[in-house]
Amino acid sequence: MSQAPIDTVVASPLEPDVDAGAAVRRPLARRFGRQLVGARPLIGLVLVCIAGQLLNSDFGAWDNVMNVLTRTAFIGIIAVGMCFVIIGGGIDLSVGSMAALIAGAEILLMNALAPHLGSPVTVVLTGLAAAVAMGVLFGLAHGLLITKGSIEPFIVTLGTLGIFRAVLTWLADGGAITLDGTLADTYAPVYYGSLLGLPVPIYVFAFVAFAGGFLLNGTRYGRYVQAIGSNEQVARYAAVSVDRVKIVSYVLLGACVGVATVLYVPRLGSASPTTGLLWELEAIAAVIVGGTVLKGGSGSVFGTVVGAVLLSVISNILNLTSIISVYLNAAVQGVVIIIVAFLQRGRR
Amino acid sequence: MHRRLFTGAALALTAMVSLTAQPAWAQKKVVMGVSIPAATHGWTGGVVYWAKRAGAELEKEIPGLKVMVKTAGSASEQANQVQDLATVNQIDTLVILPFESAPLTQPVAQVKNKGVFVTVVDRGLTDPNAQNAYVAGDNPGFGKVSGEYLAKAIGGKGNVVVLRGIPTVIDNERVDAFNAVMKEHPGIKVLDAKHGNWNRDDAFKVMQDYLTRFKQIDAVWASDDDMAVGVQKAIAQAKRSDVKLVLGGAGSKEYIKKVMDGDKLVTADVTYSPSMIADAMKLTARARAKGDPLPEKTIIPSVLITKDNAKKYYFPDSPF
Repeated sequence: MSQAPIDTVVASPLEPDVDAGAAVRRPLARRFGRQLVGARPLIGLVLVCIAGQLLNSDFGAWDNVMNVLTRTAFIGIIAVGMCFVIIGGGIDLSVGSMAALIAGAEILLMNALAPHLGSPVTVVLTGLAAAVAMGVLFGLAHGLLITKGSIEPFIVTLGTLGIFRAVLTWLADGGAITLDGTLADTYAPVYYGSLLGLPVPIYVFAFVAFAGGFLLNGTRYGRYVQAIGSNEQVARYAAVSVDRVKIVSYVLLGACVGVATVLYVPRLGSASPTTGLLWELEAIAAVIVGGTVLKGGSGSVFGTVVGAVLLSVISNILNLTSIISVYLNAAVQGVVIIIVAFLQRGRR
Repeated sequence: MHRRLFTGAALALTAMVSLTAQPAWAQKKVVMGVSIPAATHGWTGGVVYWAKRAGAELEKEIPGLKVMVKTAGSASEQANQVQDLATVNQIDTLVILPFESAPLTQPVAQVKNKGVFVTVVDRGLTDPNAQNAYVAGDNPGFGKVSGEYLAKAIGGKGNVVVLRGIPTVIDNERVDAFNAVMKEHPGIKVLDAKHGNWNRDDAFKVMQDYLTRFKQIDAVWASDDDMAVGVQKAIAQAKRSDVKLVLGGAGSKEYIKKVMDGDKLVTADVTYSPSMIADAMKLTARARAKGDPLPEKTIIPSVLITKDNAKKYYFPDSPF
């Protein structure tokens, strides 16, 4: 890092600053520019949706659209958190296992509290708070190990990927951890309920996305994340408290995983060792397809949301049609991911 | 040399003991290694449970028998484990449920060449010479029994959707047998068959999309109890009343309980029990202790569970 050629050192860290300066002068233009980052995956999404509608007229039906957006909520919320970590030059491979462990622990906790706390509503609310708190704690542990422990994020989260899932499997005895009957009924509306015709998870997803967009583009913390991802050394010279910004990013991601889990648990009312399998790859794919650079420095929350929706739309379309052999589903998804990434080429 | 001498002595002792006809078990000392996949989903969780349970039971039942149960998280880990069992633990009997067929064939063959008796369970090896005995569930039977029950339950006509497992030979055998039964019922239309990968979440999504796509579904062959969980949630969410039957499979305690309690949608289940590992261990250990031969191939049939016989298959202690 310290051996980096001088021109890189000067050029890359300036970018966010230039952006920030422009933001003061031309906020509208800047916002438009940011939106453009997400435009190319948006074009991809629109094309895929047109194809979906042509293949099956039920694709655009309200219920189907709601199904797809609701099921995107988990990966989407995690991807928003992942977006910060990746822009800051990090990675988190453990989110799927973390979600599974949080789900299992949350269910066990609620089942254990049920006889003591009386009202099922209190029990569920305690469960929700505990889930988010666990996410925050796990994120904090990641952040501390990576910054204070100076271990590569890839290695830290590869380690916890194994730890989280193994602990869940152990808690579940290899089977499933299931939420007790009355609690499941009380909890169900968090996934299945809707307000003004829109399912609850969509509201939460939208809220997380807006909050994420604001945090990244409208706050000092967001600019620091981009600066660190762009060139950590220079950010350090510029008196950015690199460690703290990184820790906050991992804590945010952990909180996002907690929120996603809170929405996930009432869906099936159970957690098993296959819960959240490969979510980490889906979340990372959503971030990258959405135009964020894997090596960090720049990216967009809007693009990430589009990327997450795009990925679940593809699998939805594959389920709604039977043109292609079921064995090739993963291949189709892979091709679309590569095409969308190809549209992104040339940006750094 | 030592082992042979010992076996001879054991046989002599066996003869004497059987003459005096006290315990039914001859006193041949058996050291049995059991190698199974780690509990990574419901069914393998059941396998681990049954293997441990059977190990404890057998050690009580057969004096001198030692059972070591090892779990492995991948095919290569299991291959190493098999080697360790033979060289370090000095087993003379191996019961193995291979993680994958091809990569384990060689390691198992080597162990067998050293004189270890090998019983392979469920997932076969690519070369049958690498094993002494094979104990397996009946996959074509699983599909056939499921198909026959489903066809009867909906009166031989209606629309059916199918959820398949992870693309594997096992899944193909089941689905082919199921489709063969469906062909005999021209009134039944199989609308589509997609992979739910024996996973609740995937099954939930696939079923949601089936419900979007097809306005009338009379029955769902979920083909697995884990997938049936996701299927039922999707049906409940869509508030659809056209589906009259959800048929899972494998015999999880949760679904057997539903059958026992007279659930509206879940009226039956088809066994493909993880307890087959216990059956294989018992067959092998008893035959080895007695010095009896074990049949080359034992197929444990898939049985239809209905309200009448559900009690017999309900094990509340099992994690599966």
